[in-house]
Amino acid sequence: MADVLRLHFTVDGEDFTSAGEASAQVKKKLRQMGYDPELIRRVSIAMYEGEINMVIHAGGGEADICIYPDKIEILLSDKGPGIADIALAMRAGYSTAPETVRNLGFGAGMGLPNMKRYSDFMNVESVVGEGTKVTMIINT
Amino acid sequence: MKIREIQKLLSANVLTCTDRLDTDVRSACGSDMMSDVLAYVKDQAVLLTGLVNAQVVRTAEMMDMVCIVFVRSKKPTDEILALAEQNGIAILTTDLRMYDACGILYASGLQGAL
Ligand SMILES: Nc1ncnc2c1ncn2[C@@H]1O[C@H](COP(=O)(O)OP(=O)(O)OP(=O)(O)O)[C@@H](O)[C@H]1O
Ligand SMILES: [Mg+2]
Repeated sequence: MADVLRLHFTVDGEDFTSAGEASAQVKKKLRQMGYDPELIRRVSIAMYEGEINMVIHAGGGEADICIYPDKIEILLSDKGPGIADIALAMRAGYSTAPETVRNLGFGAGMGLPNMKRYSDFMNVESVVGEGTKVTMIINT
Repeated sequence: MKIREIQKLLSANVLTCTDRLDTDVRSACGSDMMSDVLAYVKDQAVLLTGLVNAQVVRTAEMMDMVCIVFVRSKKPTDEILALAEQNGIAILTTDLRMYDACGILYASGLQGAL
């Protein structure tokens, strides 16, 4: 497929300060490409929540973004501890984040529900002890 | 309301984007939880917070916010300021506490959720 733009980022799990850099770059790229600001905001927030999750829950991971003519696909994969009960994790308010994470302003258990709300399709695959893969699609 | 008026009302210092004080803002929100800002805030241009780290600026950037007010005399690091400057986000600091800062702006016509 010739008209697919692919972006790849490694998300550092050690550095909380740099978390969000990948999402910021995607946001910049979409702006350059002239997408509608409201759409860009949905993509940015969905990806940022996922990126933060990889940093605070999984020690970092990889982000792959595919920009198709009719949709934007965000793939986030990590080799973290995995999620035992995905349905429970998707529930608003459910969080296993420790106090240290809450002191950084995260850990309200709103990330995954928010990602679902802002995307047109979302799938979470996870194997405990192996890692987690989140796919989000936003139609453009 | 212009960012310049927020500065006056809160006796705030402006640490970044001093050239953007005439930007018009219509609504604001106050929170120390970026999770909640990302989940519940819609279209608010100003974020008041007592939390100081780089993710506050990132959150504002993702949400297209144009101004962050750090309350309770919090001092952002140079790294935070650089990130804000780069993203065109005006950083203000005030000695006021969250409740007072929000109350003053609200009473002066800056709305919450529109
Ligand atoms: N990539 C991941 N690896 C392992 N566990 C995860 C991952 N993403 C989410 N989780 C688990 O799912 C829970 C819910 O995630 P969610 O993003 O909704 O909330 P949170 O990250 O805890 O808080 P918030 O997103 O509001 O800052 C997390 O607390 C964590 O237990
Ligand atoms: Mg989260």
